[in-house]
Amino acid sequence: MHELGIVMNVIEQVDKIAADNNAQKVANVTMEIGEVSTIVPELFLDAFNWAKKRTDYMQDAELEMIIIEGRTYCQACGETYKTTEYGKKCPHCGSPETYLLTGDQVIIKDVSAVFDEEISE
Amino acid sequence: MEKVKTILLSKSVFEDNDVQAERLRSDLQKNNICLVNVMSSPGSGKTTLLVTLINALKEEYKIGVMEADIDSDKDAVTVAKLTGVPSIQLHTGGMCHLDAEMTKQGLNGLGQGFDLIFLENVGNLVCPAEYDTGANINMVILSVPEGNDKPLKYPLVFEKSDLAIISKTDAIPYFDFNVDECKEYIHARNPRSSVIALSAKTGDNMTELIQWFRERLSQR
Repeated sequence: MHELGIVMNVIEQVDKIAADNNAQKVANVTMEIGEVSTIVPELFLDAFNWAKKRTDYMQDAELEMIIIEGRTYCQACGETYKTTEYGKKCPHCGSPETYLLTGDQVIIKDVSAVFDEEISE
Repeated sequence: MEKVKTILLSKSVFEDNDVQAERLRSDLQKNNICLVNVMSSPGSGKTTLLVTLINALKEEYKIGVMEADIDSDKDAVTVAKLTGVPSIQLHTGGMCHLDAEMTKQGLNGLGQGFDLIFLENVGNLVCPAEYDTGANINMVILSVPEGNDKPLKYPLVFEKSDLAIISKTDAIPYFDFNVDECKEYIHARNPRSSVIALSAKTGDNMTELIQWFRERLSQR
């Protein structure tokens, strides 16, 4: 259910992009999904495949997901580490003064769409 | 002839909502309205807590309430009956959260002239934290029966909140809930968060919460 809310958001945006660019249909959507973004990729894909049937341009669209590793930076010692393994506490020096560098993103990277050549050029 | 072209975006799914939320927040500030986004699990005692808080503050401030749920208007009716302040129900139509657009529509529906508006978000510790509603204060309620490890399991909602409330402290004798440990977990995620442990049912420590709001509202 959580994934579905985000999928609806993605689909609305991509469908609008297709319409704005006079595309015939969307072939592929590539997304970057952070490891610690709270999205479960399998559920996200299921929700996407359910929701795309209810769109104007995305009936046959494929979803590609690039998973981005979670990396945390330690302000105390300046090292970075894998977030999913060590969480908030730095494994190098033990400090909790850390922040997430990357891995919480949910990004629509690109949309591949099919165009009628004569119109688009 | 058909051809495939790739349109590069590199755009966060939440970007449109974040922009809209920021705009709403600055509009609210300009109009001297304090909007409080209340997040929690279902059954954490949000409605009971809000009723007690509103009754304590309603003589000093003009208060309104927006109740967000997937369906039904039970909460809006309850709050209106028990506090007498204007209250409207927002339906998310199956969605697990409110976004800035829905919040804005709710504010329009509620009307003008308020100092303090509570937005009771959908009961859920995950999605509401991801969608900025445009509120000036984000508040999370964690009730004792849920367990004191929740800040570890649902860190984002605690990171986004200015105030974390540990509610139903009257139930502590029946559950293994360690308040100090819970506060530690919350502060590990968000050192700036205020934490207040209270019981709306017995009234224990409610004055601290009421005082917290008075102070925040005096800084407007």
